Amino acid sequence: MATDDGIRIGSENVLETAVTWHGKGKAVALATVVLTWGSSPRPVGSQLAVDDAGAFVGSVSGGCVEGAVVRAALDVIKQGKPRLLNFGITDEQAWDVGLACGGEVQIYLERIE
Amino acid sequence: MKRAILDELVAARSAEKPVALATVLESGMQAVIYADTSPDTVPIGAAAVSAAQRALLDDRSVMVETEGSTLFVHVHSPPRRMFIVGAVHIAQALVVMAGLAGYAVIVIDPRHAFATDERFPFANVVKEWPDKALKRLVPDKRSAIITLTHDQKLDEPALRVALKSEAFYIGALGSKKTQTARRERLAQAGFTEQSLSRIHGPVGLPVGARTPGEIAIAIMAEITQVLRAKS
Repeated sequence: MATDDGIRIGSENVLETAVTWHGKGKAVALATVVLTWGSSPRPVGSQLAVDDAGAFVGSVSGGCVEGAVVRAALDVIKQGKPRLLNFGITDEQAWDVGLACGGEVQIYLERIE
Repeated sequence: MKRAILDELVAARSAEKPVALATVLESGMQAVIYADTSPDTVPIGAAAVSAAQRALLDDRSVMVETEGSTLFVHVHSPPRRMFIVGAVHIAQALVVMAGLAGYAVIVIDPRHAFATDERFPFANVVKEWPDKALKRLVPDKRSAIITLTHDQKLDEPALRVALKSEAFYIGALGSKKTQTARRERLAQAGFTEQSLSRIHGPVGLPVGARTPGEIAIAIMAEITQVLRAKS
């Protein structure tokens, strides 16, 4: 298991999971944090992969908006067109899926083709 | 994202080769960019390629405006490395925490009774003299080096190599008295005061840690502070 460069435990392996799912014939979408303002909990580049059954790995917030991202991802899986999502305290859905911490995030959603 | 692009990213990550994915957010157009990618070979334009290569150098994902469009550059860097000198009890705890924090961990100890795979299922164990192993594995600015043996003939050769590297964190276990004596010996060996000030010792944030697990927490917290608090 070990290699000369060390081994990883606890790393997210979101992309690797996306490849595995896609290889099994599942439709897969990727969500990526592309911009943050204020105290958003996950940095730019954080990712989440979603399959067509709504299973997901990774995270794009501290759990605040994952549910909404997964719902939007299922739509992107159906429609195929990439989409930018904005979440934040100023969002009209703030009470449902806004970031309780007061930060804002922009998330890019795309389907694996 | 085309599957071929995803496959290329995963292959680069697996080979621990720094790679960036550049995405034009308006069109969804994407290209995989390496430090040496020539702009003529990808469909996103020279300015975008140059922005992606700058992000690779900075080791930081970023959104930029180029040529009237919005480009997101997602940098995938290999994991930071942590070199732990001394396959001791504290190292067993530190290996797990460092792994959770995303480090690739290398435990170095020439003493075969300590350096066993059974004691370190989550790390690569190198059974060599620390200075020799570190010279071979070349710690860089994305590396942390911690000496834990309490044995100056193991710790000090490791620290000499560490101080000549660009490692972002160097820590050495030992009491204040041990640290002072060690600094004097290293100073006599020619290391300057400025160079020696890079050594964090006693190692770890002063949280009153006592057990190996607690000491590992204190060390991991200090490394995280050094890595993140300034940015």
